[in-house]
Amino acid sequence: MKAEEIRSTILEFISEILPDEDLSDLKPDVRIRDQIEMDSMDFLDIIMELRKRYGITVPEDDYMQLSTLDGAVAYLEPLMKDI
Amino acid sequence: MNNETRIVITGIGLTAPNGNNLEEFRQNLLAGKSGVGKIETHYMGEVIAGVCDFDPLKYQKKKELRRGTRAGSIAIYCAHEAIIDSKLDLDSVDKSRIGIYLGITEHGNVETENEIYNIKEYNYNVDFWSHHHNPRTVANSPAGEVTLNMGITGPHYTLGAACAAGNIGIIQGLQMLLLGEVDLALAGGVSETPHTFGVFAAFKNEGALASHPDPKKASRPFDRDRNGIVVSEGGCICVLERLSDALERGAKIYGEIVGYAINSDAFDFILPNPERQVECMNLALKKAGLSVSDIDIINSHATATPEGDKAECKAIREVFGNDSNVYINNTKSYIGHTMGAAGALELVGNLPSFEDHIVHQTINVDNLDPECVFKNLVINEPRKVGKVDHILNNSFGMLGINSVLIVKRFEE
Repeated sequence: MKAEEIRSTILEFISEILPDEDLSDLKPDVRIRDQIEMDSMDFLDIIMELRKRYGITVPEDDYMQLSTLDGAVAYLEPLMKDI
Repeated sequence: MNNETRIVITGIGLTAPNGNNLEEFRQNLLAGKSGVGKIETHYMGEVIAGVCDFDPLKYQKKKELRRGTRAGSIAIYCAHEAIIDSKLDLDSVDKSRIGIYLGITEHGNVETENEIYNIKEYNYNVDFWSHHHNPRTVANSPAGEVTLNMGITGPHYTLGAACAAGNIGIIQGLQMLLLGEVDLALAGGVSETPHTFGVFAAFKNEGALASHPDPKKASRPFDRDRNGIVVSEGGCICVLERLSDALERGAKIYGEIVGYAINSDAFDFILPNPERQVECMNLALKKAGLSVSDIDIINSHATATPEGDKAECKAIREVFGNDSNVYINNTKSYIGHTMGAAGALELVGNLPSFEDHIVHQTINVDNLDPECVFKNLVINEPRKVGKVDHILNNSFGMLGINSVLIVKRFEE
């Protein structure tokens, strides 16, 4: 999976987890939680979706790296390159 | 008795399989319209059940729906509808003085079953078990979801009381008002039970699950051919206030709760005990300072199990006598057994009788069981009566918990 596909996959997860939010103005380099109403349980839903759909396990210590859209793409790119 | 110690019902929010507000519910009760149908459930396929069709997005965001539970949605819908009906402006009342007291028969089965169903796909690897499981299954969850949605900061909890729970939610609200713990109670009961296969399977294996080719005919209390319970969901929340507060703000008053009782059979896990039901009705009458001749309507608990209906009839006969003129009806014949909601829903469906002087009927009685005969059992057609001053509501549950509420037509 390429970076742009990973980005749209994450955005798709977020839109399913937070269906009331408008994601069109989401800034890629700003903490997602600072832009939309996303709490820790919602974030864990993203982690769970990665596990369920792609078998990717993100260790808790790495969660911070997924706090922005750009950060999440950069973190996931090597893990999803063969998907 | 002063007006501070008289508790009245000033708002009603409900969802039943045959109505999403009191007006619609009452119309369908008088029209004999059942709300029972069929749904698909895990492992069992199609089952007969009563399911509500209210719009959960009327008062919840999509995210809340995803995060919460069906029981929570039902409770939120009913709580909003009750507040709107009461004409209270929630923003102008002290939300720390509102208590939420909801009866439940069970809670958490739905979520637990769903999670087990889901992890089966992952070879039962619990890494795929939802982190939402605990907040969804804690027993206070349906009431807690109401606080989150409405910003109510007073006490909230549920009361686990099997199928007596709806009455007991109301009793708890009343008691907290009398104790001065709160100034407003949102009290009643909720059920999401049709979404758990386990309850159907257990009733089936116990020989207590209703079956009939026509689902609308499946729930048939007092009929000779009744064969068990129709499992249903629903909710009913009443706004309860001290009479003094209700009068001060010119509230519409549906009725005054004048008597109540709760007791235990100490007899069996599932079988009813008419002796204790008798004691419970007598306790409620005593608390209300009423005699049996004061009661105009009994909303029976009867769930359409062969033994349960007989036991309740025996108990009513014992308390009221063989020649009593009391009108007796049943709501489960229309909507099935709404479990934790049943006591509250069935009570409020009868409250309009204070004004319209009509007793709604019990439907689906094609062949009346000789053991369930009463002079004024209201079957298949509504009955116009002279006056209605007092309604007695029975609600009994497993492990032998009995509850009785008596509501009086309001008079200053």
